[in-house]
Amino acid sequence: MGLRIRTYSELDGQSSDLADQVGRQQERVGARLSSVARVLGVMSGKGGVGKSLLTAALASSFARRGLRVGVIDADVNGPSLVRMLGVTARPLESTPGGVEPERSPDGVALMSMALLVDEDAAIDWHEPDEAGFVWRGALERGALREFLSDVAWGELDVLLVDLPPGTQRLVELHELVPDLAGVVTVTIPSGASRDAVSRSLELGRRRGLHMLGVVENMSGYRCADCGQIGALHEGDAATDLAERFDLPVLARLPMDIGLGRAAEAGKLASWLSGDAATAIQLDDLAGRVLDGLAMGEDSTE
Amino acid sequence: MKFLCVDCDEQMIFEERQLPGDGTLAAVFRCPACARMTAMLTNPMETQLVSSLGVKVGGRTVPEEPFEGIRSGVASGRDDAFEETAHPDGTQRVTWSVDAIDRLGNVPSFVRGMVKKIYSEYAKERGITDITPEVMDRARTDLGLEGM
Repeated sequence: MGLRIRTYSELDGQSSDLADQVGRQQERVGARLSSVARVLGVMSGKGGVGKSLLTAALASSFARRGLRVGVIDADVNGPSLVRMLGVTARPLESTPGGVEPERSPDGVALMSMALLVDEDAAIDWHEPDEAGFVWRGALERGALREFLSDVAWGELDVLLVDLPPGTQRLVELHELVPDLAGVVTVTIPSGASRDAVSRSLELGRRRGLHMLGVVENMSGYRCADCGQIGALHEGDAATDLAERFDLPVLARLPMDIGLGRAAEAGKLASWLSGDAATAIQLDDLAGRVLDGLAMGEDSTE
Repeated sequence: MKFLCVDCDEQMIFEERQLPGDGTLAAVFRCPACARMTAMLTNPMETQLVSSLGVKVGGRTVPEEPFEGIRSGVASGRDDAFEETAHPDGTQRVTWSVDAIDRLGNVPSFVRGMVKKIYSEYAKERGITDITPEVMDRARTDLGLEGM
């Protein structure tokens, strides 16, 4: 007859409490975000559609309206918002209360992996020599969690999260922020983009997320000389996606060299306050997004 | 995870954690009845499984520091990424011996500030005013600080 060994459940003493530790991580996120009115995700199922530029433009437009705005550059492997928002990378002040975010010239608070590594340096993780891929997803999810929980965001009206391509980060963001206020979806006109973005929208719908609408980026290009819009991509992804998911098309934005130059120079804020046609479109888009978050001028809190 | 002393039918209690810095981990448990000690040894893969989740086997021994996972996980962090600011109530100062500072120099610069703060807190909580390599050894054992 074998030994009578009590089961795990029968022992009521000390345990490693790993589940409790994970639960406390979630509590830290909740506690930190208690001073953040709304968290807004910016996503696409496809890379290279201009999510980060759109995130930066939305953040600057919100700030210009007097809102207190924060941005998380959740693309830990390809961060780009430091440059676009005109932020200067300096040593981050780490206090017991959290890490102070950097600020753009127009007051947008930002946290990005680009603030933590040397310019042009690849993001390498400490991991065992073999099968590093097994852990990388968990490490990157942990980075997003710490960007949410460990940054001294303070009082914010809106915190934008620029999600990397693919669907997994949207799921992770939703798990970390169950009361995600809304998601803006970015596509380009092509059928390939439509197919990829469709999968992300389907996932968002299944999770019951508040999908605010679709932004079609690179919807033609604006001629720098005459201002006319020329064709750039085949397809009408925004219309297809809007019909399939019963969502509004929030904007169709052309590729605009003026916008690109402003982002490259970190001068989005001043460009957006100008009278360029695309700047006016972006400002209108920002208003629509705020309306979708019930934060528009006609909305009552 | 729990350990049971089969002879005594008593649950063993967590005693200490050691992280030698080669990616492995040793967690020591002791039987409260017969004092028998058992060490759970994990290989680098098993250790990584736990650290990737940002949790500690045996429970936390120090409060979580901001960006703890990023600082311990990112290998390519900038040397001057962080500027540590002490607790505002940290009136009691600790001094570092030359040997202790030398040893701190072995810690990757990306996490050095955070590690220095953890050692300083450890010393303050115990009324230690001078941090020496011996104090660091004790702290490392007590707190389970990997390669620090």
